[in-house]
Amino acid sequence: MADSAVAFDEAVAAAAEPERRSARWDTLRRLWRHRSFKFGLALFAIIVAAAVLAPWISPVSPNKLQMRLRFEPPSWDHPFGTDNLGRSQLARVVYGAQLSLFIGTMVVLVNAVFGTLIGALAGYFKQLDNALMRINDAIMAFPAVLLAIGVAAVLGRSTPNMILALSIVYIPRTARIVRSSVIVVSQMEYVQAAVAAGAGHWRILRRHILPNSMAPLLVQLSFLFAYAVLTEATLSFLGLGAEPPAPTWGNIMSEGRQYMREAPWIITIPGAALAITVMALNLLGDGLRDVLDPRLKIQQ
Amino acid sequence: MTLLSVRDLRVLFGTEHGEIAAVDDVGFDLAPGEILGVVGESGSGKSVTALAIMGLLPKPPSRIGQGSIHFQGQDLLQLGERDMRRIRGPGIGMIFQEPMTSLNPVFTIGDQLMETVRVHQHSGPKEQRERAVEMLARVGIALPARRLDDYPHQLSGGMRQRVMIAMALICNPKILIADEPTTALDVTIQQQILELLLDLRDELGMGIVIITHNMGVVAEMADRVIVMYAGKIVERAPVNELFERPVHPYTRGLLDSIPSLADERERLKTIPGTLPRPWALPAGCRFQPRCRWRVEACASTVPPLGPVREGHESACLRQQELAAE
Repeated sequence: MADSAVAFDEAVAAAAEPERRSARWDTLRRLWRHRSFKFGLALFAIIVAAAVLAPWISPVSPNKLQMRLRFEPPSWDHPFGTDNLGRSQLARVVYGAQLSLFIGTMVVLVNAVFGTLIGALAGYFKQLDNALMRINDAIMAFPAVLLAIGVAAVLGRSTPNMILALSIVYIPRTARIVRSSVIVVSQMEYVQAAVAAGAGHWRILRRHILPNSMAPLLVQLSFLFAYAVLTEATLSFLGLGAEPPAPTWGNIMSEGRQYMREAPWIITIPGAALAITVMALNLLGDGLRDVLDPRLKIQQ
Repeated sequence: MTLLSVRDLRVLFGTEHGEIAAVDDVGFDLAPGEILGVVGESGSGKSVTALAIMGLLPKPPSRIGQGSIHFQGQDLLQLGERDMRRIRGPGIGMIFQEPMTSLNPVFTIGDQLMETVRVHQHSGPKEQRERAVEMLARVGIALPARRLDDYPHQLSGGMRQRVMIAMALICNPKILIADEPTTALDVTIQQQILELLLDLRDELGMGIVIITHNMGVVAEMADRVIVMYAGKIVERAPVNELFERPVHPYTRGLLDSIPSLADERERLKTIPGTLPRPWALPAGCRFQPRCRWRVEACASTVPPLGPVREGHESACLRQQELAAE
């Protein structure tokens, strides 16, 4: 009996051999096959490339005034035209991308750290759950943009303050998502088995719960990136972002608003850049969600 | 010598129906090398008893109402969380029902085995690895050194249950609690796992508490058996005695409902009715509404667990008559 079992196991082992270590590759392969993920990734890569290569794409400084060249429409010399002060729109839009992406990245990082921390504590330690989640609810009760306006207005205009304001707005939403997946994973039998083997809280959280609750967080963070970029633009547009000469998409649009009739390219080009960035991140997030969390997939 | 001694254990759960006793006055002893079978339907309190021993019951909603659980001279119910953590693993190990979900999908089985060693011992990575390979070999896994780098999804259910057993035994526990260890496996694999547990018991001399609703598993494994119904022990006997001369009507019902190839009945025999809701337990004997042997007194008197024969106890008002049949 035992011998035949061993022989059988060996046969199974041999059959399973080519599949070794395939789980992670499989996820990547499925992501790569996902059309909207690929498209979103490509668009996002273009925007990141534009931001990183800004000094080469546009040798002209985004703040260089050229009064002779005011309101030039897009042309071969000025691909995106110029604005009311003769500044190169191309330069302003690609340098604006730098700032938007920087703020988005920072907000995502801050959220990943603090959202995970708060969510994990609330989900794992039941004593903390109520206190943490009620504070969360209180923050979430404010509409995101209004709260960001409030925080930005209190803190004053600067990039770090913008990151802080957006983080305060979005951390509760991230924490809630982490909390719910921590609660689900805490019920898994391997967590019980780890407790039964004498593991402590810290080890259980770090090794067993968090690595298995990351999928929804990853999806959330890609959407969050889009929200952060969008909200930053909103605040800049309303005059609560970086100080005006600084080229942010919101600032450019805010200045271009007055000349919408005469020089529509001033407001439409940064607007399009913003829309494309948000769309790219949403497509990316949709793809991640479909692949990492097939239960949520919308039947097509 | 007893290894584990549970006395008068009562576990209460706070529910919307008030506080209910999921386990009521349960007591038993376990000696080294002994296998105790705990049988009963789902909801009879057998898993709650196991979790109470491990200190794994969520509090709240649960609460220990009374009783003691002595392991090697200490009452586990008096220990703090930190001390309890030292008992889990090297003192008492546990394996669970569902091998498919009992292993962490993001780590290799080697990682998980070595981690369990790391929790309790200070040893180098090389020793941990050796110990893990040794343990996998001992639970009958072929090519253990290679299997160490496999992820759980690469193993079959039977192999995962073997890995679970290896994880529970890697710290040499004195007691192994097996909560329905074979329920989720197909029959041929069940047989292999049960044989493995018996071999390991002989080799390592640990005491085993095996929780099951499968009378076949009990017959094969257990030295002594306790039968639970609605949170109470209704019968306790050595395994042969229980199968040959069951006294309590519930035990008889359970044994009668085992299908057999020899008989030609078209329908299986069943016990009429269902397990009572724990917040609406019948007065008197808890089995009384479903019992063929019921008399009037059953609805007013709670039958105590009392001796029927040497080593055989039962909780039925008519047990002397039933035993004499």
